[in-house]
Amino acid sequence: MGVVPIQDRTAIVGIGQTAFGKGLEDSELSLACQAISMALDDCGIAPSEVDGLASFTMEPNREVDVAKNVGLGDITWFSQVGYGGGAGCGVVTQAAMAVATGQAEVVVAWRARKRASKASRPWANVAQRIEDGSQWSRPWGLLRPVDEIALLTRRYMHEYGATRDHLANVALAFRKHANRNPAATMYEKTLSREQYMEGRWISEPLCLFDNCLETDGALAVVVVSAERARDLPQVPAYIHSGAQGIPPQHNTMTNYFNADPLLGPSWAAAKQLWKRSDFTPADVKVAQLYDAFSPLIPLSLEGYGFCERGEGAAFTDDGALEWPHGRLPTNTAGGGMSEAYVHGFNLVLEGVRQIRGTSTSQVEGADVSFVTSGEGVPTSALLLRK
Amino acid sequence: MSDFLLPDDTDPLTIPFWEGCRRGELLMQRFPASGSFCWPPRPMDPVSRTLEHEWVPVSGRGTVWSVAIPHPPLLPAYTDLAPYNVVVVELEEDPTLRMVGNVVAAADAPLNSVDPHSVAIGEPVQVVFAEVGDMVLPRWVRR
Repeated sequence: MGVVPIQDRTAIVGIGQTAFGKGLEDSELSLACQAISMALDDCGIAPSEVDGLASFTMEPNREVDVAKNVGLGDITWFSQVGYGGGAGCGVVTQAAMAVATGQAEVVVAWRARKRASKASRPWANVAQRIEDGSQWSRPWGLLRPVDEIALLTRRYMHEYGATRDHLANVALAFRKHANRNPAATMYEKTLSREQYMEGRWISEPLCLFDNCLETDGALAVVVVSAERARDLPQVPAYIHSGAQGIPPQHNTMTNYFNADPLLGPSWAAAKQLWKRSDFTPADVKVAQLYDAFSPLIPLSLEGYGFCERGEGAAFTDDGALEWPHGRLPTNTAGGGMSEAYVHGFNLVLEGVRQIRGTSTSQVEGADVSFVTSGEGVPTSALLLRK
Repeated sequence: MSDFLLPDDTDPLTIPFWEGCRRGELLMQRFPASGSFCWPPRPMDPVSRTLEHEWVPVSGRGTVWSVAIPHPPLLPAYTDLAPYNVVVVELEEDPTLRMVGNVVAAADAPLNSVDPHSVAIGEPVQVVFAEVGDMVLPRWVRR
């Protein structure tokens, strides 16, 4: 392996998050500023030291407004990553690149969102005449992200013999973890396999419990150099490897129009992630996998090499995703399906907590922590280490 | 009917496709330099990196590659018809030519005119053309 310029050169040293809920009173800007302020306090870095900002292109709050409210100084590096839920790990990776190359010294990366109200459903706010790529699917009633993923799911089930029981394995594991996490939306709500099977359909073969939550909330992280990290109060989560991925001939969400639609963006990101890493999937003891929909878990397990192609559904059997005894405890705070859906940025923070040893479902000996962003769209992934 | 979402009928690239639908002809974009079909249509052929393309009539025969059955909440025009089927149809000419559509009982029949649970992967289908608002869209009947 040659020199990998960003490997272990930077770390996530501060994390902050607001409460998660539906119909929170605070504005998205207020939520963003609260999360960022908490993340800075967590690592004891003054706002005036922040010189870089990174977020999602879908982030509603502008850098200028965040900087004004939190009292930041000169911001001399800022960047955004596109494709919704695919962005999160890419945002952190770009922050790491900026710090490792000296373009910035203290970067804050964040995501704030008020998604829980019905009025904020992006799929419902469309013009009748569609001008983008979704004009080849929406007019036929394929309206929502869940419908788009339902088509891929049915095909996946057909090709590999996956069943609703496999999808239930995913939903139940994440709910169990949420039931241990007081910050999780579903902390007090248990879920049984019977309840899952009786859940109302949203888009067959996907039912209510195959879907992520609709959440208001915000989260932020602070990235600095490894040298600086060693002098700060929290256990650093070193950014070991990060990658983004768009495979050839990919169509975002409606990836039906190429030779092998089930070979998603995670396959492209995985190649780079592992190539630039000292680790292999066998070294990973805990994972946070983007779960806007339950079938993204088997697809991600395959894409990132935790099992062979077509084996992702069977991988979830025997409590494999469950803390503490599963072979790969996954979404240990509850994930998008049971903790909060803030475009997957909460998965990054849980990945950090596993390195710090502060998760409510702490995996023993978690010295490597794996996090992914949205499968089915141009995506990204992160490997954190102790 | 007019509350259904509609494609863009003003894009010069795809006007020939919609004109074909109006005539009852399913046309696919093909780039002569490489002979490759592309769907959805695009300005450049990724094989030859040429721009010149033609619209070629295809058989309109295909098989169901996948099927989903949306339930509410949906946009109002679609809520009225839910649950209905949405399929991806693989065209006979080239397995990478896949179109999103609906299996219906007849060209002018509504989205819920067949039992959505009866639509299966692998079913042979044939294109038909339905007036929707001010446009004509392809749909599919069993063959």
